[in-house]
Amino acid sequence: MRSIIDIPDLSLPELDALMDTAEDIIARPREYQEICRHKKLATLFFEPSTRTRLSFEAAMYELGGSVISVAGADASSVAKGESVADTVKTVSCYADIIAMRHPKEGAARVAAMNATVPVINAGDGGHAHPTQTLADLLTIRREKGSFSGLTVGMCGDLKFGRTVHSLLNALCRYSNVRFVLISPEELKVPSYVKSEALKKKDIPYDQVTDLESVIGDLDILYMTRVQRERFFNEEDYLRLKDSYILTPEKLKKAKSNLCIMHPLPRVNEISVSVDEDPRACYFKQVLYGKFMREALILKLLKEAGTL
Amino acid sequence: MTVDSIQNGTVIDHIAAGGGMKLYHLLELEKAEVPVAIMMNVTSHRLGRKDIIKIDGEMPLNFDVIGYVDPDATVNVIRNGVLQEKKQMVLPTHLKNVLRCKNPRCISGSEQELPQIFVLTDRIHKEYRCYWCETRAAQL
Repeated sequence: MRSIIDIPDLSLPELDALMDTAEDIIARPREYQEICRHKKLATLFFEPSTRTRLSFEAAMYELGGSVISVAGADASSVAKGESVADTVKTVSCYADIIAMRHPKEGAARVAAMNATVPVINAGDGGHAHPTQTLADLLTIRREKGSFSGLTVGMCGDLKFGRTVHSLLNALCRYSNVRFVLISPEELKVPSYVKSEALKKKDIPYDQVTDLESVIGDLDILYMTRVQRERFFNEEDYLRLKDSYILTPEKLKKAKSNLCIMHPLPRVNEISVSVDEDPRACYFKQVLYGKFMREALILKLLKEAGTL
Repeated sequence: MTVDSIQNGTVIDHIAAGGGMKLYHLLELEKAEVPVAIMMNVTSHRLGRKDIIKIDGEMPLNFDVIGYVDPDATVNVIRNGVLQEKKQMVLPTHLKNVLRCKNPRCISGSEQELPQIFVLTDRIHKEYRCYWCETRAAQL
């Protein structure tokens, strides 16, 4: 049974095909509105999430399917101590596909091993969140036409930010992409990520601490939130949370066709006044995420023989 | 210093000096019910100094553990005082229930009866990662 735990589970042609499907759904939504009729998606979210759960649910409804859901870990049998394995074995009896978010890293792999229906990892702790990366890829492709020749700036928490590592790894599979990694010393991209993604493939990158000095070189600026939940120490979080704040003032030096992205939710790292700037793409990213989830649900249901 | 030769059992030889005690603990030889001798810093033509473990009796051994601690070690199986088999160790691709994931957020710390599995991800640097959360194992 094919499940998607992380982006490397998908080959480059599969990534491209998913983006093609998503573009087709955008262009011809009526062709897809009944395609999952009588099929059920179970959304198991054992950690707080608004947009990802709603995005999965909206995606399934737009495909004509239904959704069954667990409201949160407190309201489920997990609160009584049930294992992930038992939970997904049970849910497999009710649903055709599962989207699961869980605070424990590796929980999605355990789910995929035990479920008898496809599992989509909707985030397992700080480990992986592949559908966010799918949203990011489609946003870049739609905004820029292709990945080749882009200078991609990643800014903020590059140490704990799973979306950054995942997008970095995904973009490294496309040719002729350059990176500028912008973060405080304490939140730099871990060396194992750099060596696996960048150094092995000899992909050019710069590592800097100042956003303003490099903003003019960027085609993509991927901003991230410094996440409180990833810190063991509140003091470190408070010291670093305001490291980079994007304002209209800073954007004056940026290219006119810069694409500003953010996995959301933001706290204060992008000033609200930037939202009116036509270069702000982070709400488009949310929309594209829904279409990519639709494409992924379709792919996995077809591979499972359910569609 | 001499240790008697054994009649039936196993000699783990050519362990790089310093690896003997690590291997002793990871193989849980402290729980062995047969005599076990560990010799450290023995002179070796090949290694300069080496450690040797002699197990005088039958007991199951996890060869993956030996290969993990020292892929250059050799295992000699002795039967009736005669060398019956000489095994060359290799770095195992997987380790099951040998190491524990140190990541407090890893599912392996809370999921019932989930095995601790580590996968070899970099042979040159002898790097293993948790199969579940991909956290790197601490170097020996």
